[in-house]
Amino acid sequence: MRFHTPKTFEQAAAIAAGASGLTRFLAGGTDVLVQLRAAIVTPDDLIDLKHIPGVKDIARTTEGGWRIGIAVSGAELGRHAGVCADWPGVVEGMQLVGSTQVQGRATLVGNLCNGSPAADSVPGMMAAGAMVSVIGPQGNRAVAVEDIPAGPSRTTLLPGEVITAIILPPRGAHGGDAYLRFIPRTEMDIAVVGVAVNLRRDGARIIEARIALGAVAPKILLVPAAAQAIIGTALDAVALAALSAAAIAASTPISDKRGTATFRKDIVGVLVQRAARIAYTRAEGASA
Amino acid sequence: MPKDDLKTAYRLVGTRPNRPDGLDKVTGRARYGADISAPGMLHAAVVRSPHAHARIIRIDASKALALDGVKAVITRADFPTGLTGEDWNLQENTLAGDVALYDGHAVAAVAATSKLLAQDAARLVEVEYEVLPHVIDVDAAMQPDAPVIRAGTADHSVPEGMHPNVVKYIEFGHGDLEAGFAEADLVRAQSYKTEATHQGYIEPHACLGQMGADGKGEMWVCTQGQWYIRRMCSAVLGTEASQLRVTPSEIGGGFGGKTTIFMEPLALALSRKAGGRPVKLVMSRAEVLRATGPTASASMDVKMGMKVDGTITAASVNFRMQGGAFIGSSPVGEALSCALACYTVPAVFHQGYEVLANRPKAAAYRAPGSPMAAFAVESLLDEMCHELGLDPLAVRLKNAAREGAKASYGPTYNRIGLVETLEATMAHANLKVPLGPNQGRGAAAGFWFNHGGETSVSLAIGEDGTVTVSVGTPDVGGSRASLGMMTAETLGIAYESVRVNIVETGALGVNEPTHGSRATFASGLAAVEAAKQAIAQMCARAAAEWGIDAEAVEWLDGAAVPAGPNAGKFPPMSIAEIGAKMGSTGGPISGHHEVTAGGVGASFGAHVVDVEVDPETGRTTVLRYLVVQDAGRAIHPAYVEGQYQGGAVQGIGWALNEEYVYGADGRLQNAVFLDYRIPVASDLPMIDTVIVEVPNPGHPYGVRGVGETGITPPLPALANAIAAATGVRLRSLPMSPPKVLAAIKANARG
Repeated sequence: MRFHTPKTFEQAAAIAAGASGLTRFLAGGTDVLVQLRAAIVTPDDLIDLKHIPGVKDIARTTEGGWRIGIAVSGAELGRHAGVCADWPGVVEGMQLVGSTQVQGRATLVGNLCNGSPAADSVPGMMAAGAMVSVIGPQGNRAVAVEDIPAGPSRTTLLPGEVITAIILPPRGAHGGDAYLRFIPRTEMDIAVVGVAVNLRRDGARIIEARIALGAVAPKILLVPAAAQAIIGTALDAVALAALSAAAIAASTPISDKRGTATFRKDIVGVLVQRAARIAYTRAEGASA
Repeated sequence: MPKDDLKTAYRLVGTRPNRPDGLDKVTGRARYGADISAPGMLHAAVVRSPHAHARIIRIDASKALALDGVKAVITRADFPTGLTGEDWNLQENTLAGDVALYDGHAVAAVAATSKLLAQDAARLVEVEYEVLPHVIDVDAAMQPDAPVIRAGTADHSVPEGMHPNVVKYIEFGHGDLEAGFAEADLVRAQSYKTEATHQGYIEPHACLGQMGADGKGEMWVCTQGQWYIRRMCSAVLGTEASQLRVTPSEIGGGFGGKTTIFMEPLALALSRKAGGRPVKLVMSRAEVLRATGPTASASMDVKMGMKVDGTITAASVNFRMQGGAFIGSSPVGEALSCALACYTVPAVFHQGYEVLANRPKAAAYRAPGSPMAAFAVESLLDEMCHELGLDPLAVRLKNAAREGAKASYGPTYNRIGLVETLEATMAHANLKVPLGPNQGRGAAAGFWFNHGGETSVSLAIGEDGTVTVSVGTPDVGGSRASLGMMTAETLGIAYESVRVNIVETGALGVNEPTHGSRATFASGLAAVEAAKQAIAQMCARAAAEWGIDAEAVEWLDGAAVPAGPNAGKFPPMSIAEIGAKMGSTGGPISGHHEVTAGGVGASFGAHVVDVEVDPETGRTTVLRYLVVQDAGRAIHPAYVEGQYQGGAVQGIGWALNEEYVYGADGRLQNAVFLDYRIPVASDLPMIDTVIVEVPNPGHPYGVRGVGETGITPPLPALANAIAAATGVRLRSLPMSPPKVLAAIKANARG
């Protein structure tokens, strides 16, 4: 195995583009190192991105959103008052990843690129409308988070491409988001179902919504039909029932060691209502 | 609560001094199994079967041996043949012979100059398998079409016509069962299933072994019983027991799972083949879960008769248990004996079957067999109480076993504390807390025999009057503290002046492991006797110096004193004074006691749990949890409370989420703690404890074992609480959210 410590993303991308074997980028390492030790993935080239200037920074974008460096840990994200105020659903998803110790290392980008259908931080980012900036052999591009997952342990990133930051959009007025997952325990577990809801209100009425579902399909899904079920409503009983039905209809879960397909469908219908209620309440309290 | 019917006040017993291993453990200085290293050490890795059942056609280690730094590869061909009985089982489980019997069964092992190299080499060992049909579930393994795991294993007890996987049958009982059922106002029968669960100790198995061509060996190992390691390794390797010296490390949990061997002979055999270089072997968590002893899984039927006043008139149980692919590994006999042990029932009948399945060889797990039996019996009892409108705890008290009663499993009880335990439970404040929607309260009782066993303890007075106690029972739950306290109490000296060491096999006679909740009981009993011997010697030394009869000297507050005014006027001669000059007064002073300890006192417990069940997800939250248990006497109450809490927590995990998940291919799917869901700290409230003390007359300080009973009531207590919260009765463990939700939905559909 070759270990690289590039000083720029351009160098990192060039190393990756020139590598012929199995390549992994190292940010927090909480998946890569575990997979290495368990002999699940033994990379030929391991490219540590933490020596690149700015990867630990969180900064306001000119549009009023947030640019989050690829090595910002869950613990650091959780202590950032600005991001926590704007995007509590994104933060609470990230903070469910792993243990307190893992939170000191684990990153949003790592959670996204690990490609797990059960990744806790990804539904929140999708619902928020987050983008990632990507650098690679074909130049720079911006990609919506929902376009990154390709299936279990796979992403749509091309060989030699590397994510340089996560961009959260401006929160704007009267918006709220929330993430809930189901696990049988209280922590140290993998989502059996994860649900993120992001919405904006005009008075009691929901005028925008994005809903993402985790662990109910080969990849994390953005479900416009679920969002449509509550847009224009005040989240009344009829809307909540339609929301559950849409979420269940979009889900194609498997039965595995963590839960049955039937159970996952039941739970996605329950959690999507609960997350929507939280987001709706948060939006009420939110100002511009 | 009757605190102490011996009315004896003690200086140290019953206090809470600092634990002697505390500083070592919090500073990382304690040496666990994997912390032991030696010059020239090699590292081992094990090649394991990926199949649940497969014939081993060929093992080719040539590519592994070709790696620079690989020093030895062993297969079953490196072990002696002709073993029988449990020795054969142990050898076969250590390394498969012709057939791999479960996913994870070891088939070869490698020693190399680094751990990474050993692991790489293990992957290069080529094993050709012929995959055979397998069976995992205990009921399926008894069906006529089940694959036969090993023909001819069954002993003479098995009735004719049963499947060859049924290898043992047990029945016993007393009274007229049919008359008992006829006398009842309500007779109910139900079936129950429990999943296998792992002990879940934090420290994986680890050892360092060294053995020369002369058969002389050394082993440092994480174990509950160094003499068992010695005997079992010697049997498997065909060497002489006394030529192997086994030193136990500090132990990061055992719960019964470290009372046997799993991989220790591999380190010795690799060392022998590698010219006597020491070999370290440390299991990964996945290896622990795939290839070390969980407890058995069980399928159980219970039938019970009850009068409208709650009197139990008759009960019968029929249990089937699989403990892996080896006879004698399931605790079906213990399960039967514990099933009805809490109650005095005029007519009882027990039947049990041991069944082979393609799963790891079961090991002891905290009160082996009793939790499953309690799940079945205490669940049915609770259902019947509700059907008759009776208070389940009052019914338990009404039928409770008492001193002098004939136990369901045969013997007559001596002084036992079930009645006191149930009375303390019913008086507890937790039972008065009002419950909200979707909340329910469940109670259950539980029993464990406890054990005495082979015990050898030595004690030596130091030249400054401090004391060293050498015991053979590894400290899994505070026994160094309790043994030190009892020794200091007996000698009349400070607790801090006693050091208790867990010693190697060369230092004492044979000791059984720390099992059966016996360390504080049996080593304590022997330590007290050894201290009394030292006291007698010290009194004799003082008498000789004073020129009076030894009988005229007595021991008081850590010093020899004249026994009354007629003995003469001499100032007390302290243990420090006696120790300082013992070299010139007759030589070293010590005490030694060895015994197969009898006088054991059973421990009964009762638990009450409040839960809330989310009706939309089936998820159970434990709101409050009460453990009440008879300790006999709590030498160090904080450790006793820790045992009560630990037993409850393991039982909660077993009840709610722990299970072995097998794929259709018979491979274990969840061999990591991420997916083998033991409770995490945030899952639980503080576990409330009440120590009942009904002293055991068979122990100088009244000790009963306390370690095991606590895991017995949680399974039915949780089931009873969930039934109270949801109106739905679950008779199959774990009561995981998918199962609870499915039951709630089925109930709603009517």
